[in-house]
This record gives sequence, structure tokens and C-alpha cells, in this order.
Amino acid sequence: MKNRWVLFVPLAIMGLLFGAFIYRLVTPAETLIQSQWINKPMPLFDLPPATAGVEGLKSSQLADGKPRLVNVFASWCIPCRAEAPQLEALKAAGVPIDGIAIRDRPDDVAMFLREYGNPFDRIGSDMQSSVQIALGSSGVPETFLIDGKGIIREQIQGVILADQVPEIVARLEAMK
Amino acid sequence: MTLRLFLLCLLGALALPLAAQDRLPPAPYAYQQLKDPAQEARAKKLMEELRCLVCQGQSIADSDAPLAGDMRHEVRTKIAAGESPGEIKAWLVARYGNWVTYDPPFDMATSLLWLGPLLFLAIGGWLAFGRFRRGGDDAEDAP
Repeated sequence: MKNRWVLFVPLAIMGLLFGAFIYRLVTPAETLIQSQWINKPMPLFDLPPATAGVEGLKSSQLADGKPRLVNVFASWCIPCRAEAPQLEALKAAGVPIDGIAIRDRPDDVAMFLREYGNPFDRIGSDMQSSVQIALGSSGVPETFLIDGKGIIREQIQGVILADQVPEIVARLEAMK
Repeated sequence: MTLRLFLLCLLGALALPLAAQDRLPPAPYAYQQLKDPAQEARAKKLMEELRCLVCQGQSIADSDAPLAGDMRHEVRTKIAAGESPGEIKAWLVARYGNWVTYDPPFDMATSLLWLGPLLFLAIGGWLAFGRFRRGGDDAEDAP
């Protein structure tokens, strides 16, 4: 038989398949589900205040000409605590930040703000995650970059790290 | 810095289990059926083909994650308001992509899944055909 090497083709295919399976076992697929609601207007909502002393949040307030961040968080979300210093740094850099508190209670939100600071201009209370779902957000914390016209330009999933702060300031600056 | 990064990663890894620990009761329609059985049946069918964003292997009908409960509430409320399951599905797909449905449409990404079996059948048929013909030749050549 001339083409003896042909006999090894099935083995090679099996080897490739096996390699692919092992690769996926060792490095699991990305499980973050990114929002598809990007470059689209903020969904319409009118959320009541999440706690006493801080204004609630209306979608119409997000189209006032100033690019801003909308931070989706919760007092029960442990990583959100780690994010607090970065939000403070963003606020210090002049970035307006609004919050949406997911499935939260007024007392818990107040405690969270007391303990980790309050960088928020307004905080809407999203008791049944309805605005979160309308945003295509799948967890906390998540941060949306909104341009001055109320269009969502970008989604950041998970905790904002310290080295991301200057970049975020620059991106919002570019939207002006 | 490395330690802080490590701690942050650790927090990230803990995020999902802790995310289940909010202290609010479930949304009204998270665990409560709609009064109209026909509406409930439509909602149930849709919820079974929507994927939970937290427990990613489960449908929102099966998952006890708070976000899944809120999504069931969303689905049931919309059904009760007269929206069709197709509209609700389209609404969610516009936000989460085809990932959110267990019944994705036929497109570039899923074409191999649908056409693969036909492709393999064709290859197999072609191989078998060649084999049988050669087999015939061999028989004739045999002494």
C-alpha cells in the first residue's frame, strides 16, 4: 500500500479532538456575559431613592450633557467594597457617578455608604433587578459609561481596578 | 500590589456564592404562578428555554439564584401584560445576546451544529462508496 500515512489520519484527528477537550478543561470558557445593550439609549426607568438622604435615579437625568458613570452595585456584594476606593478616585477626578442598588434595603445601603464612602450623586433602588435586566447586566458590580446624550457607550464587568481609573476618566473626557 | 491583586482575584472568585446572599424576599412572581393557566403555561415554556445568567447551566425555571427569580418575575409580568413569548425572548436577546436562550436561531455560529451531521453523512457516504467500488475491483484482481 502506497499511502500508508493515510492510516494515521484518524489517529491524528482523534489527537486533535483530545487536545481540544483538554485545552477547554484546563482553560474554561469565558463565563462573563457581556451586555448587548451598548451604543443604545438608557432604558426608561424611574427608581425610588435607595436610602434616606440620597436622591433616587431617573433615566431622563442621565442625558444632561455630562458624560457619567452608572455603577450597578449592592451592599451585600463583597467585591463592591473593594471597588469603593476606585469610585472615590473617579469622583475626585471630577467624574459624576450615579448608582443603582440591586435587591437592597435602605438600612443596608446606608450602612454600606457610611462604611465605604458615598461617591454617588444619586442612587436608585432596583428591588427586582428590572433595570439591571433591562441593561443586560448580569451581576454586581458593573459600571456603565454613559455619554452626555444618555447613550450607553461601554460596560465594565466586575471590580474597577486602580489602574483602570485614568483610562475611564480619559474615555469620559473624550465623550464631551 | 501583588497581594492586593491576589485578594481582589479571591474576592472575584467568591463573588458568585456571596451574590446569592441579599436579604430581600423573592420578587412576587418569582415563585408564584400566574392566575390564568394558559398564560402560566406560556410563561413556563419560555422560562424553560431561557438561560440563567448566574447558574449558567440552568434555565431560569430551574435556578434558585435571585437574578433568575427576578427574571421569572419579569417574564410572568410581561406575559400577564399581554406580551407574546416571542417578544419577550427578543427583548432579552437584545440585551444578553443569543447566549440567553437555549433555542438559538440558525446563523453563522450555529450552522456547523445543524449542517455538521449532513456534512459527516456526505463524507461517510463518499468514503463508503469509494471503498465498495475498490472492494469490487480487488475481488476481480484476486487470483
